[in-house]
Amino acid sequence: MKTLLIEIIQVLLFLALSPLLLGWIKCLKCLLQNRRPPSIIQPYFNLIKLIRKQTIVPCEASWIFRFTPYLMFSVSILAGIMVPLFAINLPIAYMQIGDVIVLIGLFALARFFLVLAGMDIGTAFGGMGSSREMLISSLAEPSALLVLFTLAMTASSTNLYLIIKHLIESSFVLRPSFVFAFLGLAMITLAETGRIPIDNPATHLELTMTHEAMILEYSGRYLALIEWSAQIKLMVYLVLLSNIFFPWGIATNLTLSSLSIGLLATILKLFGFGLILAITETNLAKLRLFRAPYFLSITFMLCLLAILSHVILEI
Amino acid sequence: MNITCNDWRHEFALKLAPENILLQEQNVSILTIQADAWQSASKTAITFNCRFAAIWAKEVNQNFQLNIPLELNGKYLLLRTEIPIAKPEIASWANIYPAANRPERHTHDMFGVIFLDHPDCKRWTRHQAWSETEYPLRKNFSPNNPAIEKETPPDVDYPFFKLDGSGVCEVPVGPVHAGIIEPGHFRFQIAGEDVLNLEERFGYVHKGIEKLSENMEIKSLIRLAGRVSGDSTVAYAWATCQACENAINIEPPKRALFIRAIMSERERVANHLGDIGAICNDVGFAFAYYQFSRLKELWLRLNAEIFQHRFMMDCITFGGVKQDLTTNDIGKMHQEIADFKQELIELFAIIENSESLQDRLKTTGILTQEIAEKIGAVGYVGRASNCDYDLRRDAPYLPYDELSIKVPIFQEGDVAARLKVRAKEIMVSLELINELLNTLPATELQFNYTGSFKNCEGIGLIEAWRGELLVYVSFDENGKIDRYYPRDPSWLNWPALEQLIHGNIVPDFPVCNKSINCSYSGHDL
Repeated sequence: MKTLLIEIIQVLLFLALSPLLLGWIKCLKCLLQNRRPPSIIQPYFNLIKLIRKQTIVPCEASWIFRFTPYLMFSVSILAGIMVPLFAINLPIAYMQIGDVIVLIGLFALARFFLVLAGMDIGTAFGGMGSSREMLISSLAEPSALLVLFTLAMTASSTNLYLIIKHLIESSFVLRPSFVFAFLGLAMITLAETGRIPIDNPATHLELTMTHEAMILEYSGRYLALIEWSAQIKLMVYLVLLSNIFFPWGIATNLTLSSLSIGLLATILKLFGFGLILAITETNLAKLRLFRAPYFLSITFMLCLLAILSHVILEI
Repeated sequence: MNITCNDWRHEFALKLAPENILLQEQNVSILTIQADAWQSASKTAITFNCRFAAIWAKEVNQNFQLNIPLELNGKYLLLRTEIPIAKPEIASWANIYPAANRPERHTHDMFGVIFLDHPDCKRWTRHQAWSETEYPLRKNFSPNNPAIEKETPPDVDYPFFKLDGSGVCEVPVGPVHAGIIEPGHFRFQIAGEDVLNLEERFGYVHKGIEKLSENMEIKSLIRLAGRVSGDSTVAYAWATCQACENAINIEPPKRALFIRAIMSERERVANHLGDIGAICNDVGFAFAYYQFSRLKELWLRLNAEIFQHRFMMDCITFGGVKQDLTTNDIGKMHQEIADFKQELIELFAIIENSESLQDRLKTTGILTQEIAEKIGAVGYVGRASNCDYDLRRDAPYLPYDELSIKVPIFQEGDVAARLKVRAKEIMVSLELINELLNTLPATELQFNYTGSFKNCEGIGLIEAWRGELLVYVSFDENGKIDRYYPRDPSWLNWPALEQLIHGNIVPDFPVCNKSINCSYSGHDL
């Protein structure tokens, strides 16, 4: 019962903290650009505003357009269950309901529907955004799988809870495969969550958009769900980065003290990654669209090196 | 023969119409030729390598008078001919000068002049609000016609360029955009992300400037001129005043001219600052955008403090300027320029050294010198493609005749080159303002003209921040405005965008467009 409660709390935390994380990144970016930042909780107000607003659906839209926001949001909740946020040793880990392959698959499912929804309404921008999204994801997804396979081979499990448990229980060794895997996953995070240098989340220019172009016609609560899902996705990726490669502090037993330490450590790590993300985004311009494949092929090489160095050096 | 010029214009007149008189009037010479010599004039002009600057028509008695100013080596020659209203047909220049394409279509839509053998004779400015047989700039057309009050039908049948083939998509963009920019429609034909063809369609901000100006008093005209294109309000007001002053042959006092030049340079700096930031923002480099926006804002606030208007609207009056500069104002400007120089050197270094930014800007949207010359690109668009022309240096008007102007030139013709030209121009302008402030002569501010403006005409030529701004003004027998035609530099630079986008990809269009940053309002009139 207690573990179930913790499981529910974890999902709720994903829902509740993801806008805060985005607000934090936005604040930092403002400060780095010498501007006065908006309130850190501004993303919450934006979501509330969108939920209250009238939802307008294009007359050409089919069921795909209406269904996609709900699907994306459900996927985000499932991802929230599968990714350990601040505690391991939860019963879910042993229930075998989902592992890293399912996680990547779920995100691919959400993307599949979002791409269809972008084309569903028949505008030129939606189609362009969809085609670009597929270009980027077709290169990013295999890399993501390679990274996670490297981890799975180390821990002899594809379950994220067990992977982290294995890492935290084995004594610390600097593994070359993990250095490559970390760099690879960090670059995948930029690509998969639509950040600079791959996509610009702050642009108003229809012709340059990728993610934003697909959701141009969404409004009201549909848009709120999509934005919220995107925020959760960003948080999931940052949690993966921080909990796999820096697993220290995560709660291994279910006492209140270790749980609170685990939560605090996770939040600190997330905010640290937010800072790195903000600095990266401030220093870089967006890549030319056809440079994105180069970026992603470097990512793929890093991930391949990770798995190779694991096989060659660490077995 | 009464030929007073001893440059290429002399030869031109001898070759084309030796029996005709070449009139020297202020800054341009006028050569009147027969309508049937219009086509051979275009051929002569191209052999001379003249630049086509504009074309406009004017109703004179029972005729349409057509005017084409040509420029070579900083000297202007105005070709003029007349055709009867009953049979308004004339040879087109557009086959030889692509720059004549849209201005001729504009002239057709406004006057009903038919240009024979025009390569692309579809409508341009013609609005759905008036019918195909109505021509608003004819004197018998009344703007208060009740028929115009009715609802304007939608524009559905504009014959866009078509392109077929497997994998070719058409992307319509605008006129309503997601950002706060002026309306314009861009029709792309793309294959994947590559742009195969771009067609521009404008006219969405047609305000009827030319019709509105008819029968205006000179004071109202100058107020109107300041509102043709808000970001160039100083340039428009100055060019219009200069045209009127040329018409009656007066010269404003020197102090007034210096203050005009200071305002004009301040306008240049403000716009260049804003646009450099915007170019960086279009490739996702937000840091530079916010820094340059901040500087522009500070600059505009000092405008507001000194000239009581952020954009210095209505500060130039006929024969002078509205207000003087105090020693306090001069001190503030000097101080600001010193501060800006320091900050700008730092910021330009950041732009120059940011590899990811330069990667986006270099080789993007290349306008070759050949094409730039062919379409007659002016201003920073031309100067980034090695077209070395700046009115302030090559055809200096007062007070620039006393100053030496450095004109930055680049060969590459890409977005990075256009950005660099503008960055350098900011520094040149800051120096110029300093120099103008230091040598500000102590004269009156206003030339008090009490004579009349009957039946006279004049041309104003100013290097606006976008490039050469040409304004034609003529007065009728009552001293009211008979015809006002401002030719924004954008008329010459908009076609450059269609050309330089070839070989680029769709997501690079916004930054290419921003690097040109033509005026919609100044173009649509």
